[in-house]
Amino acid sequence: MTATGSIGRRLTLLLAGVAALLSVLSWSMVTGLAWQAAERTQDNVLAASATSIAETLRSEQGEVRLELPYSAFSMLGAISEERVFYNVMAGSALLTGYEDLPVSTLAPPAPGRVSFSTSEYRGSQIRMASVTRLVLVGTGPVPVTVTVAQTRGGVATIAGDLSQLAAILSVAFFVVAVALSAFAARASLRPLNEIAQAVSRRGPSDLRPLRRAAPAELAPLMTSLNRLMDRLGQSIRRSEDFIAEAAHRVRTPLATVRAQAEIVLRSVRDEDEKQRLRRIIRAVDESSRSAGQLLDHATVAYRAEHLVREPVDLADLAARTAASLGPTAAMKDILIQMDTEPVPVVGDPVLLNNALRNVLDNAVKYSPAETTIALRVRADHGEARATVADEGPGLGDGPAEALTERFRRGSNTEGVVGSGLGLTIAEDVLLAHGGRLELETDHHGRGACVSLVLPSA
Amino acid sequence: MRYLLVEDNRELAEAVVNRLELDGHAVDHAASLAEAEDCLAVASYDLILLDVMLPDGDGRTFLTQNRAHLETPVIVLTARSQVSDRVGALDQGADDYITKPFDFSELEARCRAVLRRRGGAARNEIALGQAVFDPLAGTLSHRSETITLRNREIRLMEVFTRHPGQILSKSQLMDRLFSYDAEVTENAIEVYVGRLRRHIDGKGVRIETVRGLGYRMETDDA
Repeated sequence: MTATGSIGRRLTLLLAGVAALLSVLSWSMVTGLAWQAAERTQDNVLAASATSIAETLRSEQGEVRLELPYSAFSMLGAISEERVFYNVMAGSALLTGYEDLPVSTLAPPAPGRVSFSTSEYRGSQIRMASVTRLVLVGTGPVPVTVTVAQTRGGVATIAGDLSQLAAILSVAFFVVAVALSAFAARASLRPLNEIAQAVSRRGPSDLRPLRRAAPAELAPLMTSLNRLMDRLGQSIRRSEDFIAEAAHRVRTPLATVRAQAEIVLRSVRDEDEKQRLRRIIRAVDESSRSAGQLLDHATVAYRAEHLVREPVDLADLAARTAASLGPTAAMKDILIQMDTEPVPVVGDPVLLNNALRNVLDNAVKYSPAETTIALRVRADHGEARATVADEGPGLGDGPAEALTERFRRGSNTEGVVGSGLGLTIAEDVLLAHGGRLELETDHHGRGACVSLVLPSA
Repeated sequence: MRYLLVEDNRELAEAVVNRLELDGHAVDHAASLAEAEDCLAVASYDLILLDVMLPDGDGRTFLTQNRAHLETPVIVLTARSQVSDRVGALDQGADDYITKPFDFSELEARCRAVLRRRGGAARNEIALGQAVFDPLAGTLSHRSETITLRNREIRLMEVFTRHPGQILSKSQLMDRLFSYDAEVTENAIEVYVGRLRRHIDGKGVRIETVRGLGYRMETDDA
C-alpha cells in the first residue's frame, strides 16, 4: 500500500493557502482605502482652504484685494503638522504667496471649480488645490487663481499607520485561519478515523457489517466495506463448511469401519485373524489421526495469520486441556499431575489450547501405563512456561529440534500411532505468538520434557 | 444405564448400540433430531450421545435449545477435528466430546467420566460373593473396607462381572482393556488379573485360570 500524502495535511495546506491569499488581499485593500481616505481628507481641507481665501477676493480701486483668513491655514494644521504653501495669481501676475509654486498655468480651472494636482516642490511631494474666481477690475473681469498646497508626509504617515494596523490584523487573521483549518481538517476526517478504528478493533472472525452513523460522503465507503466483509464472511463460511463436510465424509466411514472391525474382533476366535483386524483398526486410527492433524494444521496456519490477542491464563488453559485428556489418560491409569500458578499471557486461546493438547496428547501416547505426567505452569524470567514432563522413552536419538519438522517422527516411536504433525502444530502456534517450543530428554535419560514458552503478558 | 444414541449413520449406530449393549446398557437409537425429541418425550436417559451433523439439523443447535430443561449429560460425537468446534460444543452445554472414529474403550472411559462427574442418581452396584463392586465409582467394598480400583482394573472387573462363569481368553480381555494405538503383550493381562486376584482375595469370589483357554470368574454362592 502506498500512501499518497495525508488528506488532513492537504486540506490544512489548501485552507491555509486560501487564508494567506485573503489576508494579503484584505491588507492591500485596506492600505489602498487608507491612502484614498487620507488623500480625500487632505483634498477636502485644501479645497475648503482655497475656497475660503477665494471668498475674500474683491475689487477695490481698480485692484484685486484679498485677505488671508486665519482659519484657512488653521484647518490645514488639523490634518498634520505639515508645511503649507500658497499663492494667489491674478491672470499671470502674482498677487501674494510663493512665486515658484509649480501651479499649472496652462489650464486654469473653470471658475467656481476646484482642481487638484500633485507635484514636487522644494524636495517634497506636495498636493495642491486651486480655485479660480473672476474679479471685476475696471473694464473687465480678471481671473484670479488661489492655490493652496501642503506636503504629503502627513497623509503617508496616516496611511502607513493604517496599513501597518491592517498588516497586523491580516497576520492575526492568517494565524487564526490556519489553526481553524487544521481543526476543521481533523474534525472532518474524524468519522473516517472512527470507522478505521472500529474495523481494526475487531477480531479476525468478526465480520458483522459496520452499523454506525457516518457522514453522507462516507456512505459509499461503508457500503463497499460491508459488502467486502459480507463476501469475506461467506467465503470463510464456505471453506469452514467445506472442511467440516470433508472431515465428516472421511471420518464417518472410517468410524464405521473401525466400529465394525471391533465388533468382528470380538467374535473371531482365530488369533491370526484377530491380529489382522487389529492391524486394520490401527491403520484406520492412523489415517483418521493424520486427517485430523492435517485439518488442524490448516486451521492453525489460517488463525496464526489473523492472530486473536486476548488475555489468557495459561494455568487455566492447562487445567482445561488436562481435564479434556483426563479420560484418555485414565485408560492407561496415567495421572496428570498439575503444578500451576496463574500466569497471564496474551493470545488466541483456541490455538494455545491446540498446541498444549498436541504436546499433552503425545505425552499420554508415549507414556507407559501407571506413570505420571507432570504439567507445570510458571512465570520464569519474564516468560510464561508450560512444561509437560513424562516418564516415557524420551525423544529418541537424533536432534530434538528435528522433531518439529513436518511428518518427522522420533526414532523410537515404533508401535505407536502418530502423524508426525503434533509438534509441528505446537511450534507453529508458539512462533505465531512470539514464543518457542523447547524439547529435551530428561537428565536421567528417561522421559521427554516439552516446554511451551510464551512472552508474559 | 439407559443411553440415547443420536446418529444418522446406520452402520456406525448399529456398531455402537451393539457394543454398549454388550456392556449391559440399554440403548435407544434415534437417526434424526426429530426422533431424538420423540425418544426424550417418552423415556428418561442416563446419557445422550449426540452426533453434530444430522439430516434435520445441527446437533449443537439441538443442544442449545434443549440444555435448559434437559438434565441428562450429553457427549457430542463429532467428525470435525477443529479445536474451535470442540470448544464450541462444550460452550453450548455438552459435557464432553469425542472425535470420530473413536475407540470404544475411549467412548466407554468418557461416558464413565461424565456419569461420575454428574453424580447421576443411577448407581448399578454389582454383588460379587460377599463384596460389592461399583463400576461407576470404581470401588470394591467388603464389610467396612472399600478399595478404589485403578481404571484398567475396573474395566477388567466389569468384563468378568458381565460374563460370570464364562471363559474369557487373554486376547478377548486385551481388546477390552487396551486401545489399539500401542502394542501390548498378553503378559500385561496376567499382571492385571494378578492384581484383581489380590483385591478379591477372601471375598467369596475368585478368578480361575483355565489352562490354554483363559480366565473365568466364579463366585462362592454360584
